Amino acid sequence: MTHHQPAPRSGTTLDDYTDRYADRVRGMTASEIRALFAVASRPEVVSMAGGSPYLAALPLDAVGDMLGRIGAEQGLTALQYGIGQGTLELRERICDVMTLSGIDAACGASPEDVVVTVGGQQALDLVARLFVDPGDVVLAEGPTYVGALGVFQAAQARVVHVAMDADGLVPEALEEAIAAVTRAGRRAKFLYTIPTFQNPAGVTLSEQRRERILDICERAGLLVVEDDPYSQLSFDGDAPAPLRARRRDGVIYLSTFSKTFAPGLRVGWILAPHAVRDKLVIVSEANILCPSAFAQSAVTQYLTTMPWREQIKVYREVYRERRDTLLASLADLMPAGTSWTRPQGGLFVWATLPEGLDAKAMMPRALAARVAYVPGTGFYADGTGRNHMRLNYSYPSPELIQEGVRRLAGVMEQEIALRSLFSGASGRDGTGSGSGRRRRERTGFDAPGPDLA
Amino acid sequence: MTGASETGATEPRVLILAGGLSYERDVSLRSGRRVLDALRSVGHDAELRDADVCLLPALQADPPDAVIIALHGATGEDGSLRGVLDLYDVPYVGCDARAARLAWDKPSAKAVLREAGIPTPDWVALPHDRFSELGAVAILDRIADRLGLPLMVKPAQGGSGLGSAVVRQISELPPAMVGCFAYHSTALVERYVCGADVAVSVIDLGDGPQALPAVEIVPSNGVYDYAARYTAGLTTWHAPARLPEEVAARVAETALAAHTALGLRDLSRVDLIVDEQGQPHVLEANVAPGMTETSLLPLAVQAAGLDFGKVLATLVSRAAARARSAA
Repeated sequence: MTHHQPAPRSGTTLDDYTDRYADRVRGMTASEIRALFAVASRPEVVSMAGGSPYLAALPLDAVGDMLGRIGAEQGLTALQYGIGQGTLELRERICDVMTLSGIDAACGASPEDVVVTVGGQQALDLVARLFVDPGDVVLAEGPTYVGALGVFQAAQARVVHVAMDADGLVPEALEEAIAAVTRAGRRAKFLYTIPTFQNPAGVTLSEQRRERILDICERAGLLVVEDDPYSQLSFDGDAPAPLRARRRDGVIYLSTFSKTFAPGLRVGWILAPHAVRDKLVIVSEANILCPSAFAQSAVTQYLTTMPWREQIKVYREVYRERRDTLLASLADLMPAGTSWTRPQGGLFVWATLPEGLDAKAMMPRALAARVAYVPGTGFYADGTGRNHMRLNYSYPSPELIQEGVRRLAGVMEQEIALRSLFSGASGRDGTGSGSGRRRRERTGFDAPGPDLA
Repeated sequence: MTGASETGATEPRVLILAGGLSYERDVSLRSGRRVLDALRSVGHDAELRDADVCLLPALQADPPDAVIIALHGATGEDGSLRGVLDLYDVPYVGCDARAARLAWDKPSAKAVLREAGIPTPDWVALPHDRFSELGAVAILDRIADRLGLPLMVKPAQGGSGLGSAVVRQISELPPAMVGCFAYHSTALVERYVCGADVAVSVIDLGDGPQALPAVEIVPSNGVYDYAARYTAGLTTWHAPARLPEEVAARVAETALAAHTALGLRDLSRVDLIVDEQGQPHVLEANVAPGMTETSLLPLAVQAAGLDFGKVLATLVSRAAARARSAA
């Protein structure tokens, strides 16, 4: 055995770079909740924690042939660098897709103003890079998309949540939030909103409120960043027209092919006013040079040669059945005091737990019962949301959804019994979440990574 | 697996088991990859595999010469998987199923340690059923009176600090119990001993168990929780621990005594608190210690001036030889 020089006695943190990290990296630590999701990837666990589309519903043989032909027939462009804004062909197809939602040439949508991005996530990142200085306020629904929180945190923004109800963002709450930010001597840079089939809440901003929200933002000079990944996945007729379909100015529109085609290709886009578009392209080039030419070719071919509108209908049917199963199972099995949203589209149901239950603290018990969800804390920047959970119904089969809810109900019953047992014990707050022992609250880390189905 | 090893002249083919279904799956996967890298760095043929339904057919079809169990949590540490490996006559590094079962259950292990005269903090272990039968208020009050504050509450089985909490005021006890019971049905409530957190890795490279230099743990925020354990930069580790020579010797002796009393083999990690008088108190012994970038055993190996890959290779050879001599 070789004997090396023993280590010095001064101690090590095993990270020699600690004093060199940028401020925005502070708080990026290992998370026990995130680690727990590692178990959820095992097939024994019914996972309602992911957000993945049900790709098995795609005609994979045909898609595979199409992808093979791209390499053989378009390799010289598809494997080459491209332009930062994305190919014109794809931007034209993107305009076709947006026309379905009512964002058409009449309201100023043009391929010239589309920037192709690496999924919706890069779209968000570009918007944050363009508009957010450290300390700036961003208004966002509470709860909101965990990936957006990650982007805003990296941009060192202060996220102020605005309440929602069954009809989406509450206009009065938005007005109050804007006023409060102003009173504090700050200015909100934009409102980040997912008005249709919101992630995680599953609610949709009502037709009537859409105008009001836009008016409020217009009056306050507040930019609207509309994130719209789900509106095509409507179960009962068409979704209300996006905010961007109602206003040419003041709205930056983001969407993605991740939910309607394939998240593995990482293709999303931004529709922005000309001046903003120019800057987005410059920032994107600095960021990634150009989006993947191969992935753009794949999406272009898919939208040109394959029945993509019919495929969206297939997804709608699959997800509608799964949503129905989830809602029916929740109604049958959830303990009294539980409530949940009833999405008309999209991928998620947001559940509110009976008083005193803590979805984050309950996670290990759930995993022991082989069921997974995302605790509500992942969707708030301020550590709140403990009494909520997000349930995904797009990926698990209806049978698994039923079984998952059955397991979840059992877990909740046990947790209720345990909490009531200790609620009268010595401590003044036995039903508490154990928050007294939490030394740090971290944000954005209570949700699984993107690979969890 | 491919390769030949009929005579033992070639190097043993190693199967590393990592992953599993426990709460520590993520940690285990990291441990497994680190072990794989270390073995490859010394030229060993090793394969990494999850403990799932594909495992046993693979063991049957092409048995490895030895297994390293980098599974943390029940599967890797409660002895059950070791029992299955015994059924397949596949040798593994580490203690046998019986010893693992004993060490895994903290209250049982503490009873054995106390019986052997090895100091361990006073404790009470209670399943949640008992609280429902007898009423939580009286029991909790009595525990606090008897053991005194502060208390340490932890699941009777499990690792990585998951479900554990320090209770400094009586009001913190009920939520700590609830948090603990989310991880396991039995809670271990222990007198909290103030002092230096140290871990002593014990390895046996052929000359009997030896204690590696103690590693002292100083978390930056005072609590060695999950984030502090697995985020490089959040904890300072001193290897060897900053202990006077005679205290360090006592700590090493205590860890070896615990390793022996629990019937452990090849390697283990004994966690202790050294109080202000220099008295060590054993908290627990781990039969499948963490092997991640921020884990304590690899740090101790390095502090001893040893090469992690070579230590593992030696342990693997010993396990394989054990099987050959038994055959």
